Amino acid sequence: MRLDILLRISSKIFIPFIVIFAFYVQFHGDYGPGGGFQAGVIFTSAIILYTIIFGSTKALKDFPEWIFHLMIPLGVIIFAGTGFLSIINGFNFLDYDALAHYPKHGQHIGIISIEIGVFVTVIGSMVSIFYAFVNRGKK
Amino acid sequence: MIEHIAAIVVMLPIISSVFVMLIRNNSINWLISTTASLITSIASIMMYLQISKNGNISYAMGGWEPPVGIEYRIDEFNALFIILISIASFLILLYARHSLNSELKENKISTFYSMYLLCLGGLIGILSTGDAFNAFVFLEISSLATYILISMGSDRRALLSAYQYLIMGTIGATLYVIGVGLIFVLTGSLNLHDISIRIQELELYRPLYASLAFITVGIALKVALFPLHAWLPNAYAYAPSVGTAFLSSTATKVAIYLLIKYLFLVYGYDVVYSNKIFVFVIIGLSILAMFGASLIAIFQSNLKKLFAYSSVAQIGYITLGIGLANYNGLIGSTVHIINHSIIKAAIFLAIGCIVFKTKISDTHELTGLGKKMPVIAILLTISSLSLIGIPGTVGFISKWYLIIGALEQGWWLVVLSLAISSLLALIYVGRIIELMWFHQPEDALIVNSKSLPVEMLAITFILTLATVYFGIDTRLTAGLAEIAVQNVLLGGQ
Repeated sequence: MRLDILLRISSKIFIPFIVIFAFYVQFHGDYGPGGGFQAGVIFTSAIILYTIIFGSTKALKDFPEWIFHLMIPLGVIIFAGTGFLSIINGFNFLDYDALAHYPKHGQHIGIISIEIGVFVTVIGSMVSIFYAFVNRGKK
Repeated sequence: MIEHIAAIVVMLPIISSVFVMLIRNNSINWLISTTASLITSIASIMMYLQISKNGNISYAMGGWEPPVGIEYRIDEFNALFIILISIASFLILLYARHSLNSELKENKISTFYSMYLLCLGGLIGILSTGDAFNAFVFLEISSLATYILISMGSDRRALLSAYQYLIMGTIGATLYVIGVGLIFVLTGSLNLHDISIRIQELELYRPLYASLAFITVGIALKVALFPLHAWLPNAYAYAPSVGTAFLSSTATKVAIYLLIKYLFLVYGYDVVYSNKIFVFVIIGLSILAMFGASLIAIFQSNLKKLFAYSSVAQIGYITLGIGLANYNGLIGSTVHIINHSIIKAAIFLAIGCIVFKTKISDTHELTGLGKKMPVIAILLTISSLSLIGIPGTVGFISKWYLIIGALEQGWWLVVLSLAISSLLALIYVGRIIELMWFHQPEDALIVNSKSLPVEMLAITFILTLATVYFGIDTRLTAGLAEIAVQNVLLGGQ
């Protein structure tokens, strides 16, 4: 048994709160300060904390690298897909009015959907960079 | 769909680059990228026809009307470059498959296609956007993709040169943003067309000149204007051959477009050219580029580096036309952007063929190549000759316009230096031609038995043919350039 029990227990308590805070920043982003980028970085910090406390071997098993490599293009597809959806509905590229009957709702949906795109890409790239450092010298 | 064409031309390469990243199968990815760039080329030609029929396109991104929202503004000037860039990248992608297979590791090829398309999308974005800050974003998108393209070269020095370019490119982009920030403070607008109207009413000239200086130097780093060219030779020399051909025929050209756009369509002729120091610096640096870079090229032993320095010299010709700023000078610049694009694509693709067969990198290894690979040697000779500006090739056309432009200004020294720098080009090109044709092949020259793929030879042949064809029939290149300069840069006077 390792002696870092205090750290492990406290980070187990912290990580869920960090993730919830990330989602709060994410969905609060269209009313106040926040948004996909900040939320993505906060979410990444949870994964980084997990890796530091429980070791990279366990982290790489629980959150495999390929998921994050996949997330980088996926977020861009969500973002650009929203844009093309507007074109398909006969509006200009990224015109959120196209996404609902009532333009104000459309703007709301549009902002949330592109922010999710940003969120996904930011997590993907941040964790990929972090893993690239963690894995250095292992191969 | 036709009314969204301005957005589609930019978004199609970017979204395809994302799918290429997801799929990661080299053959399928080659097919996706080639198709995407083909559709982009067709769309850009449709866009040009649309403009010549119905006038300029103004596309409001996200439905926010300009000048508040981001506007994509397409006129005959940037539509011409969009066609050039997209067709050039389509041809190079057609060529790319076997060349990349032989030069890159298999797991890197998908990333290469993805970054290639991302860079293409970024470049077309710079060309189409009518928003100063949006142009910066696309500048960064294309630059970041470019750094990755360069770093993929098989030589380890590719990493170093990519890093060098990253530092220089970031400094350039920072200076550009500082300039845009100054303009925003002065005019309160980021829409380039709106800025050009509001600048007329300004009385504060000092901050305006400061912003002009920041933007010019920032873009000049991307253009690789002579004293700021240090990143270019290494980047071109160590990138994969396909990447070099793509960068030399598109990336610097788009930066030059941005410079012309700022000087003539944002600040306007009166603000920029009433400042004699500015004209003196631009002309002086262009002439320095023509001489300095050509002289360095003469003493280069690395084949790709030699032509990279020659690119720096040729960029000098283009900025010389910008400095002349009269009708013929501007046509010379615009035509030379197109012509140099074709010439350098042809040369670097021919070098790509040679590398595919022999893996050489130094000029002295070319000895006797004319005997071992006659077809490629002939193509390389023809396209190198158009670099000098032999009559009957494209290089002659652009120099002709530049000389007429300089004569109209009565600047005899400029005319003289154009002639002398052509002689310098004759020396470095002549050295290569001499090595290829007038020596017996050395035993060290090992030509492997892999037969050259048909499409590599065909694309090199088509581009070389274009350097001769557009040197004789200039209706398409010079004609479109005349329309662009007449209607857009000189405002239809």
